[in-house]
Amino acid sequence: MEDVKQMVKELAGKYGHSEKGLLPILQGIVDKERYISEEAMVEVARELDISAAQVFGTATFYSFLETKPTGKYVIRVCKTISCMMKGKNDIIRELESVLRIHMGETTHDGLFSLRETNCLGQCHKGPAMLVNDTPYAELTPEKVRQILCDIRKKEFPGN
Amino acid sequence: MASKKLKRLDLVFKDEQDTEAILKKTFSRPESDIINDLISSGLKGRGGAGFPTGLKWKLTADTKGDEKYVICNADEGEPGTFKDREILSKVPHKVLAGMAVCGRVIGSRKGFIYLRGEYKFLIPDLEREIERFHQLLEKLGCGFRVEIFTGSGAYICGEESALFESMEGKRGEPRNKPPFPVTHGYNGKPTVINNVETLAHTYSIFKYGPEKFRDLGVQDSRGSKVFSVSGDTPVPGIYELEFGMTLQKFVDDFGDGDTKAVQVGGASGFCVPRKKFEKTIIGYQGKLTGESLPTGGSMMIFNSSRSMYNVLHNYLDFFVEESCGQCTPCRVGTQQLLLGIEAVKKGEKPSSYLDKLLELAESMRITAKCGLGQSVANSFASIVENFKEEMIY
Repeated sequence: MEDVKQMVKELAGKYGHSEKGLLPILQGIVDKERYISEEAMVEVARELDISAAQVFGTATFYSFLETKPTGKYVIRVCKTISCMMKGKNDIIRELESVLRIHMGETTHDGLFSLRETNCLGQCHKGPAMLVNDTPYAELTPEKVRQILCDIRKKEFPGN
Repeated sequence: MASKKLKRLDLVFKDEQDTEAILKKTFSRPESDIINDLISSGLKGRGGAGFPTGLKWKLTADTKGDEKYVICNADEGEPGTFKDREILSKVPHKVLAGMAVCGRVIGSRKGFIYLRGEYKFLIPDLEREIERFHQLLEKLGCGFRVEIFTGSGAYICGEESALFESMEGKRGEPRNKPPFPVTHGYNGKPTVINNVETLAHTYSIFKYGPEKFRDLGVQDSRGSKVFSVSGDTPVPGIYELEFGMTLQKFVDDFGDGDTKAVQVGGASGFCVPRKKFEKTIIGYQGKLTGESLPTGGSMMIFNSSRSMYNVLHNYLDFFVEESCGQCTPCRVGTQQLLLGIEAVKKGEKPSSYLDKLLELAESMRITAKCGLGQSVANSFASIVENFKEEMIY
């Protein structure tokens, strides 16, 4: 609780104690905590002196602002037409089978969450996905396995 | 292999290291001359709507206000569009220079780049570029400053008034218009909001003068345009071409020899079938012969192996998710269109039901609050009418 309070205070100090700072503050919470808890929303409302309903309204409007616990790495696969034509379904199948979760779920170790998203602006290099903020394009199932493997190696060195 | 019959241009991406000289020259001119140059160049907004840029700057300059803003709209979310990302990573200094001159012309000291969340990876480089640019402005005695504001994955925030709402900490729901941004924009203050590419083009106009720009393109659609080419093409990528080409010429260059349709302008644009390639001209709506299509530059090519039902289904799915939900025609309409084509495909509804859906799409065009809901009918009607049999069987 104290941690949340402190974090929100710091973010508001950086982005301003007004409604104008709301979106950057919420983005900052997601960067630190991976999602915005109701507790954090109430705290933001108190800090900015706006209603909690307004914070909730803004937080739930944007697809990149997660409001449920998510994995450390959120994988967002582009599902829009150009990537679909280049085989995004094969990419999703590969991700689901390697991570052993379905679209929308999070792995048990809390490392990966899997999402579909709309156009990532990589249409000439489809299929594409974002892992947190990093884009990966011209994906193949092999490439996907390698990307996941690299992340796991980074997270569990020596394993 | 593309036969390169269409002339490739290199105005936007040409790496010119003369920002200082151009800014010095432009800052020393009277504001009215700069505006007149922009107006006579014929430059229109490159985000897709095509509002004359010079006029936008003039209207904002003419509005009295203690505080004004310049916003670069980098919330490039239209399916099939990726040119702004390329412009911001290759020639960000041109965009920044365009913003600074705009600030000088309208009397603003504050600019923002509204960058879509999907392009967050561009921020470190862009911030370095802004830092360098600020030093240059300081040297020139200009107090204009630019800041990046990041979006969080909402297509609708590319709509200018939704973008302002988003920057003000609210849900990205479009406002009623009028009032327009030139008088009531961000924070209710006069604001110029331009697309990334538009600002990059202003740089060329400051440098070469309006004539060179005007000489390109055709009547009502002047200059060059950066196109994002994807889909069934052997050469996907970004190309700067002259306005006024027929779609046939475009397909001859970029198609794979088996092109059955081209979606011009993304999900909110129009689908053109093969039989209309010859008489469709790419440019803003004006006095052109045949049918002309404005475009934010998204060109998606489909060959005969593609099901146009799947294409339409993908677009509608996109709109259902990205509709902000504020107005009923769009919120309910998008869902009903999607359910409707599914029902026809499954045989649960007769094929004549498509006519009802076309009527629904038309009412959305008239009644939806913003461009998103209004333009769903573009792709819906152009795909359903041209590929009816694919919707049914």
